[in-house]
Amino acid sequence: MIQYAAIILFVFGIYGLFTNKNVIKMIISLNIMEIGLNIFIISIGFNYDGIAPIISSTNDLGYIFVDPLPQALVLTAIVIGVGTTALGLAIAKNIYKTYNTFELDEMEESA
Amino acid sequence: MKNLFGFLISVTLGIFMILALTNTNAFPEFGHASIDNRVSSQYLNIDNVEEVGSGNIVTAIVVGYRGFDTLGEVTVLFISALGVAFMLSSPKQKRIDLKFKPNFMLRVGSKILFGIILVTSFYIILHGHLTPGGGFPGGAIIASSVLLLYLADDKFRSNIKSFKILEGVAGSLFVIIGLLGLVFATYFLQNFLPAGHVGELLSAGIIPIIYILIGLKVGSEIAGIVDNFLTEEESA
Amino acid sequence: MTFFDIISIAVGAFLLIIAFLAINSKKIINSVLFLSALSMLAVVSFVLMKAPDVAITEAVIGSGLVTALFVFTLLSINRRDAK
Repeated sequence: MIQYAAIILFVFGIYGLFTNKNVIKMIISLNIMEIGLNIFIISIGFNYDGIAPIISSTNDLGYIFVDPLPQALVLTAIVIGVGTTALGLAIAKNIYKTYNTFELDEMEESA
Repeated sequence: MKNLFGFLISVTLGIFMILALTNTNAFPEFGHASIDNRVSSQYLNIDNVEEVGSGNIVTAIVVGYRGFDTLGEVTVLFISALGVAFMLSSPKQKRIDLKFKPNFMLRVGSKILFGIILVTSFYIILHGHLTPGGGFPGGAIIASSVLLLYLADDKFRSNIKSFKILEGVAGSLFVIIGLLGLVFATYFLQNFLPAGHVGELLSAGIIPIIYILIGLKVGSEIAGIVDNFLTEEESA
Repeated sequence: MTFFDIISIAVGAFLLIIAFLAINSKKIINSVLFLSALSMLAVVSFVLMKAPDVAITEAVIGSGLVTALFVFTLLSINRRDAK
């Protein structure tokens, strides 16, 4: 169930990029795409009987673990998403200082 | 018209992705992933865990087995902080004055909270190889505590020069420890300190040291980004 | 239908509803708040799928830093009009 919801969330993000004309809403749609993708990647390694991949001592064996490799990849992806969002918002702030608006239609007229 | 075009393309893409990703033999069904055929069975083997010495397997992957990707990710974060500093800074700066003035109690009380949050972040960073957490959320908590000080006081500006020096030193030490691995052992970023017992604080070789450096670097970068967003040029 | 199935269907339905509201709302500040709520629902689904490291990281970054950056960008809009 969560896998289907994550893929549809990604498609919502792409639809938001198509139809919105506001710069801030385009950055919000980018963030929605990233959230959907991260949920989908972690759902690949899930097991119903598994436990979290942390070993307390080497005495307990025989547990089934969930896959730790997708979690390591998503950890990096989340932090990179923050960097991208910060840079996009800095560019949006400079756009407002130059054109005095956030909509793409009004920007093309005044150029 | 354009809305309809975008809607049709998104629906087509969605149907294609759902059909391609949930109907193949190479993709396991949700909740029945077996790690016997994957490379994670090597990461979770009990002999390899004792050889690396870290209890948290995700930490062992991020810093140990795939440490080079973490070096690349630190580089990407550094470039984005550099870009924000280029776009939004100027020689003379002052705080943007907002319409509200914070209370005196808020200004004094937030300094106590700042100390508590900082101690929490150090705990999360230091125990990265025993409990969930590690360098990335710990560094983000350091940046959140600096954000609290910015929000509670109207005239507060942190010491930006010391943050920049700390970030540069932490990044360089990361690469230098990797090069030390090249000198003392076979390859770049190899674990050359002893592994210890799984579950103790002093274990897992160079993994806690690298996580401390990553936490300090990420925290000071994001604090610098917050400062760049809240200051503007002096127009006097 | 175990407890896990019911919770996962509820979380999935909330994800889609809030994402739809975030894209099609009139004011920008409403979209930013819906994005913050979406991030919290993502933390819930990470905990459901037994990934504590990722859940802590997404909780700290999604609630504190990204929302704050969006609000700081929107605060500088009324500067020119007020002057």
